[in-house]
Amino acid sequence: MSETYDVAVVGAGPAGLAAAVTAAEQGLRVVLVDAGRQPGGQFWRHPDESVPSTDESRGQHQWRRFTGLRDRLRALESRGSVTRIAGHQVWFLEPVAGAGAYALHLTPTVASEKTPGVPALVTAVRLVLCPGGYDRQLPIPGWDLPGVMAAGGVQALLKGHRSLAGKRAVVAGTGPFLFPVAAGLAEAGAKVVAVCEAGSPAGWARTPGGAVAVPSKALEAFEYAAVFARHRIPLRTRTVITRISGADRVESVRLGRLDSGGRLTGLARADLEVDLVATGWGFTPSMELVTALGAATRVDVDQSLVAVVDAWQRTDVDRVWVAGEATGVGGALLAVAEGELAGFAVGRDAGRPVPDGGTRRLQRVIRRGRAFARAMHRAHPIPAGWRDWLEPETTLCRCEEVTVGEVCAARDTLGATDARTVKLLARPGMGWCQGRVCGFAAAALAVPPGRDLTAADLAPMSRRTLAAPISLADLAGDDHG
Amino acid sequence: MTELDLTLDGRPISARPGQSVGAALTDAGVVAWRTTRRNGRPRGLFCGIGVCFDCLVTVDGVPNQRACLVTARDGMKLETGDE
Repeated sequence: MSETYDVAVVGAGPAGLAAAVTAAEQGLRVVLVDAGRQPGGQFWRHPDESVPSTDESRGQHQWRRFTGLRDRLRALESRGSVTRIAGHQVWFLEPVAGAGAYALHLTPTVASEKTPGVPALVTAVRLVLCPGGYDRQLPIPGWDLPGVMAAGGVQALLKGHRSLAGKRAVVAGTGPFLFPVAAGLAEAGAKVVAVCEAGSPAGWARTPGGAVAVPSKALEAFEYAAVFARHRIPLRTRTVITRISGADRVESVRLGRLDSGGRLTGLARADLEVDLVATGWGFTPSMELVTALGAATRVDVDQSLVAVVDAWQRTDVDRVWVAGEATGVGGALLAVAEGELAGFAVGRDAGRPVPDGGTRRLQRVIRRGRAFARAMHRAHPIPAGWRDWLEPETTLCRCEEVTVGEVCAARDTLGATDARTVKLLARPGMGWCQGRVCGFAAAALAVPPGRDLTAADLAPMSRRTLAAPISLADLAGDDHG
Repeated sequence: MTELDLTLDGRPISARPGQSVGAALTDAGVVAWRTTRRNGRPRGLFCGIGVCFDCLVTVDGVPNQRACLVTARDGMKLETGDE
């Protein structure tokens, strides 16, 4: 078995990159495990670095923050201070009995892209989990048609591959992320026929703790306004897609209007013809590794299940820290600050001197970022009426093709009163994606009317025994090093 | 930059170096490459980042690969199919 690292950082997005370089610069031996082949995560997804390019930064934000972190990472890698294991996922995580360490079982993200020399298992004394997140989805009648994509997937095609997913697009859901996606599509040559924002966020940028408190956010909003004006992109607030239609791919969408309470009040007279629907309702943090260790969780303002951490990003599990979206969806700059603080925190745990001023400054940045995130989430809630446009035959779980009607029947006629029972009776979340896509909606539908969504409702849809799918051969061949 | 030549069920598909299989199919105007087990519904890219497993495709004989994550290689043979 190879050496036990001082710290394992999982994820090389904004939080993980910052955590890894900060910890390594304190003199700790760091292993950085990332599902992606190159660092940056989803936020800084960029074209293949091995292919010469002159426009690596196109469509990016805070790009120099990234290149600064990447330069530090490369220097640390070349010195041997950081071992980066790219293109690998942690499929199982466990404490090593009596060893005061954690074992991370690894599998290649893409089975055919195995890297020679990468071990099946690494061990580390400390863990910093920075798993990031992905678009949160709600079912819409017809959302399983090809041409309907997660907003983040459309963005990933643009930023990572310079591919345009459609020619006539509608971008819909809620949250500020819809803006860069619409802007990216328009700049790449698509006609964006509408951006449909379920909320009515006109005033939120002026609220205390809102965009005014974070100048870079106000600047971004200003840039998007310019792009929207240049490409004549109509922004429709309190508007949702209530139906997606097409024979074997998306052909049109029907829009509906919401009242100030988020309930459906009426439908548009004419459908919009589109070949691409980019949709998302905020983000869902990846919680499988956090819950696998039994760390305490809570429901955040946006109703996401997130890890409970202290003022140093530490969980209630011995020697485990969490940074980034898994402590609450809040964006890349907050994630960087949390990652950096976690890097100092593991250094402190290992007896390294920690700069007092620097960590206090980070804690201030994080508090401000959290206040901003709370204001953002309150301005972009899941609309209260999101069930209003569902039909019994609407697909809920895309993998197992479980319908909304089947889940409601499990609740109403089979007596299920929680997500776990609904999952066992109707099987949503039991397929390939293990509830990553439908988990939030399935958990929300399982809750009897009148009761609030709790961490206990969300946890069964976030827990996955195997955090990534692996082959039986890998499972059998894994001999604990 | 030289293009890569792939095939989808024998039909030629080109890709730029560094692109994913899913991106190459998107550029070729292909939006679906498998059908679901229960209802026979067409599926292609959905999450685009390896989370949803909608975009599964057979790559050089290996089934159930996520097209959004597999890097396109010259001569690669992609096959559509049922789940």
